[in-house]
Amino acid sequence: MELVVDNLGVARGGIPVLEGVSFSVSAGQALVLRGPNGIGKTTLLRTLAGLQAPLSGKISLDREAMAYAAHVDGIKTTLTVEENLHFWASVFDVPEIESAISAFELEALRTRSAGMLSAGQKRRLGLARLMVTGRPVWILDEPTVSLDQAAVAMFGEVIKRHLASGGMAIMATHIDLGLEDAVTFDLGHLKATSNLAENFDEAFL
Amino acid sequence: MMALLKRDMRLAVRAGGGFGLGLSFFLIVVVLIPFGVGPETGLLGRIAPGVLWVAALLACLLSLDRVFSLDFEDGSLDLLATSPLPLEGVVAIKAIAHWLTTGLPLVFAAPVFALLMSLPVNGYSALVVSLFLGTPALSVIGAFGAALTVGIKRGGLLLSLLVLPLYVPTLIFGAEVSRRGAEGQDYTTPLLMLAGVSFAALALLPFASAAVLRVNLR
Repeated sequence: MELVVDNLGVARGGIPVLEGVSFSVSAGQALVLRGPNGIGKTTLLRTLAGLQAPLSGKISLDREAMAYAAHVDGIKTTLTVEENLHFWASVFDVPEIESAISAFELEALRTRSAGMLSAGQKRRLGLARLMVTGRPVWILDEPTVSLDQAAVAMFGEVIKRHLASGGMAIMATHIDLGLEDAVTFDLGHLKATSNLAENFDEAFL
Repeated sequence: MMALLKRDMRLAVRAGGGFGLGLSFFLIVVVLIPFGVGPETGLLGRIAPGVLWVAALLACLLSLDRVFSLDFEDGSLDLLATSPLPLEGVVAIKAIAHWLTTGLPLVFAAPVFALLMSLPVNGYSALVVSLFLGTPALSVIGAFGAALTVGIKRGGLLLSLLVLPLYVPTLIFGAEVSRRGAEGQDYTTPLLMLAGVSFAALALLPFASAAVLRVNLR
């Protein structure tokens, strides 16, 4: 399996932010997006995840292949850690959550309500959710925010295992996760030059 | 789908979930009205069908802005939109969960509240039937309004302005059913119209709501 992104243009709020984005990621590979704040990393990732339509260009894999993790984790604070994971596992039709719990060392927090977790623990739960999606392409937007060094290493291990099993990862991060053969892709020179999208339908602003 | 329904119900009954909010609002209105219009049972009985229906409608409105906004804020909505569940199904399930936690309790509580409003005895069954058939429309139409206003902070007022006009047919036919019931007349026609409004809303609006959500999530 290979993800090919060809000449992709993305817009935020009707204003093009990136154009001519082309890269390919093959199974077992990780791609790290770099670029200054506001260049459009999040917009690009949301487009890849299928949350918004691209302005131009093509994405070779269907959105059904993507698992998206954003700045916010989609955790319900009144549910316990286990209930949160069980919910997403059953939405994605994945039978078990134990490997996700042990990979992020959430065993002791199982029955704790998610509202009682610290920011780093919440993040770990949010990332554990990726493992219960069963999807090959992980799309990660600043995954290491509020993680301590040990948790970053934990997460690095999880990604390595995911890649080794033939998965892919596309992430926007400035922290080194210890992935030896991750490809870095700099978005700095792809800033869109046109101010308004052609044929842009204002009704959908 | 069932998992989502179960989660939403669970969230509703846990702390801060808003279960019982509509019910207690309904109770407060019904307790206050007799103080406002005076204890004359004849007058109360005459206005009871309309008052009960308006109260039910406002009680429903009270919890509507939570249908999508909470999931939007914590990112769950993005994740649900990228999940294998069709967004139309997500919307329908959320509307059903709203009905189960707001509309259905009102249906069961209605006879008690009708007593407080001294509704004539023969009007009880009509009231319960009309609420049972009408409140699903309130939830589904409301979910559509909630989908329209999902990205807006404090969208509650805008939501009410958008949704209330759409509630009018349900209110008219629902109140008419219970009025005719209370007066001992035949209420088949308005009941059929009420059921028609509910089923049409249930069949069409999830698609509209899903389309609106997709635009709002960009």
